[in-house]
Amino acid sequence: MLEHHLSLFFTAIFEENLALAFFLGMCTFLAVSKDVNTAMGLGVAVIVIQTITVPVNCVIYQYLLKENALNWTGISALQGTDLQFLGLISYIGTIAAMVQILEMALDRFFPPLYHALGIFLPLITVNCAILGGTLFMVERDYTPLEALNFGFSGGLGWAMAIAALAGIREKLKYSDVPDGLKGLGITFITVGLMAMAFMAFAGIDI
Amino acid sequence: MPADNDTSPMADAPPGNWLKPNTVSGTLIVATALCIVCSLLVSGAAVLLRPRIEANKLLKKQRNVLIAAGLFDPKKNTDRDIPGLFENVEPVLINLPAHTASGELMEDDDEAGRANQDLDIHTYDPRKAAKDPKESVPIPADLDQAGIRRRERVAVAYLVKGEDGSIGRIVLPVYGKGLWSTLYGFLALDADPSSGFPVAGITFYEQKETPGLGGEVENPKWKAQWPGKTLLNDAGAPVLDVTKPGQAQAENQVDGLSGATITSNGVENLVNYWLGKDGFGPFLTLLKNGKLDFQ
Amino acid sequence: MTDRIMAEPDKKDVLFDPVYKDNPIALQVLGICSALAVTTRLDKAIVMSVAVILVVAFSNAAVSAIRHFIPTSIRIIVQMTIISSLVIVVDLFLQAFLPRIADELSVFVGLIITNCIVMGRAEGFAMKNGPLLSFLDGIGNGLGYAAILLIVGFSRELLGSGTVLGFTILPLASEGGWYVRNGLMLTPPSAFFLIGILIWALRTWKPEQVGKS
Repeated sequence: MLEHHLSLFFTAIFEENLALAFFLGMCTFLAVSKDVNTAMGLGVAVIVIQTITVPVNCVIYQYLLKENALNWTGISALQGTDLQFLGLISYIGTIAAMVQILEMALDRFFPPLYHALGIFLPLITVNCAILGGTLFMVERDYTPLEALNFGFSGGLGWAMAIAALAGIREKLKYSDVPDGLKGLGITFITVGLMAMAFMAFAGIDI
Repeated sequence: MPADNDTSPMADAPPGNWLKPNTVSGTLIVATALCIVCSLLVSGAAVLLRPRIEANKLLKKQRNVLIAAGLFDPKKNTDRDIPGLFENVEPVLINLPAHTASGELMEDDDEAGRANQDLDIHTYDPRKAAKDPKESVPIPADLDQAGIRRRERVAVAYLVKGEDGSIGRIVLPVYGKGLWSTLYGFLALDADPSSGFPVAGITFYEQKETPGLGGEVENPKWKAQWPGKTLLNDAGAPVLDVTKPGQAQAENQVDGLSGATITSNGVENLVNYWLGKDGFGPFLTLLKNGKLDFQ
Repeated sequence: MTDRIMAEPDKKDVLFDPVYKDNPIALQVLGICSALAVTTRLDKAIVMSVAVILVVAFSNAAVSAIRHFIPTSIRIIVQMTIISSLVIVVDLFLQAFLPRIADELSVFVGLIITNCIVMGRAEGFAMKNGPLLSFLDGIGNGLGYAAILLIVGFSRELLGSGTVLGFTILPLASEGGWYVRNGLMLTPPSAFFLIGILIWALRTWKPEQVGKS
């Protein structure tokens, strides 16, 4: 059991890194990764939201939407229903609601944290890494506990990737890059090289 | 003001006094109306298209069984041929070997390899069962060649019947770990015990191995070397050996994929596991001794 | 009716500018998230492009048609609901009529919801312009996205597998031909390299774009 969770944890961080192996969250990934502090802020926000939304969506999927999921209600009319076609709209709704709630809760109870993370939270709703995490959870049919693990580790992997990229971009400022390649072009190539490095983790079995 | 063909006047006109969007009641009305329209659109599409989607899923599974059994050639056949071709194929539920409470293989297991009478073949889903703690068993580490940790208690195999109703081929579901992913496939054997159940075909229908390297398990050229190989020795134990590329000679050897040692080893291990004593071994023994209870 | 006095953008510009002049992927870094994972083969890239074009065009038209009725406070959620509904419908159609490609695109069709182009155009263009113009803007931006996706998909399939749309163009050495395939092209990093090079080419061609982002 523990072994299984450890393996899931490391797979989500290295082998199946949401940013580098599946290209998720790239818009924010490229827009925000100009300096390390901002990147870290966004990274932490993604970890927090991911850790909340993936398990919540997992419960919604397992107990409301999946085929036969409503059997626990005991109502005969609901036996055997399959509401999976409502999946996307429910998940994105949950994500938008969770982001909003977290924003309000932080503002009310932890103002310093709100000031640190606040500006990133609205960006998160449209971050594909968040919805992507949920969709992978559904596709792989995780239990709520696995989903909790996957949400956290997937977010952590994403945060690590963006922090590393921001570090490289800070150094790149001092490099002599051809004019047309400056900025966006060289960033894409850097990300490609990082993705290749992460591929070396393939096949590690823990 | 000139006529504006960009927009229909109705839709584009700002609302009159009857609806003020930025009030509480206006917000509620718009939200409710939007929800109704969207839910009608989505559920309408879902209800209309569901029969087709369900049919596609069934076709996909049947196509893979037929490809493994060598009855379906993607170059020649189309999906329309599937129902006709599948008429000679009978899905059966087979009890896989039971485990003792301490997790070891049970000795003198009479039920192993026999038809399961309790489950309904139309509703049983082995993929779901493999994840369900009640319907699956953990595999002890020393037996777990395929690297799958758990497996279902009851498998779904397919019997391909000949003209006279006798079993011509058997198609067995196999799966196990490769490099990146679990490979899911079907292995078809000729139901000919005297020549040691030669392979009729193999196919992998779900895998996420490196495209171009391990992903070549789906390459028809690679799969073409399997038919005719004998994977079981005289004692009925599986002895498949996936060699380095280009070195396969013996009856039990198959060329590995170049640049994909881990995927090749994965294929060797998963086939040997599923043909072995914890997989379909007992079933094949029953078939060999003519004691199989399906007819 | 004061907003009518503003010059209406020309329809042709609305439709074609996003393709080469103001490409959403290359110049605004929008919407590449899910795009690249589906470009290992050209047919997947084509299906994905068509799906995105349809969703952007219809969501733009729908948002624009009801733009005067949308309360400001729930603006984002209204747009999100419209977009998600359209994506679900497109996903269902793909599963019903193109099941094999739908299987391979797996979660990436669903991820069109969070594609920044769709949200960005709904918020940035459709909320201010009429439905027909918004529809054209959606098609234009979808085409801009499709252009990059198709170039990347074409290069990856040709160099990685020696085929285009499944037809052999460069006979592979492993199958008796002469072309030794470039395995890198089939792995994720190659997509980043290709886009980097595309941006380089585009900016050398139109130098005024350098350093804009």
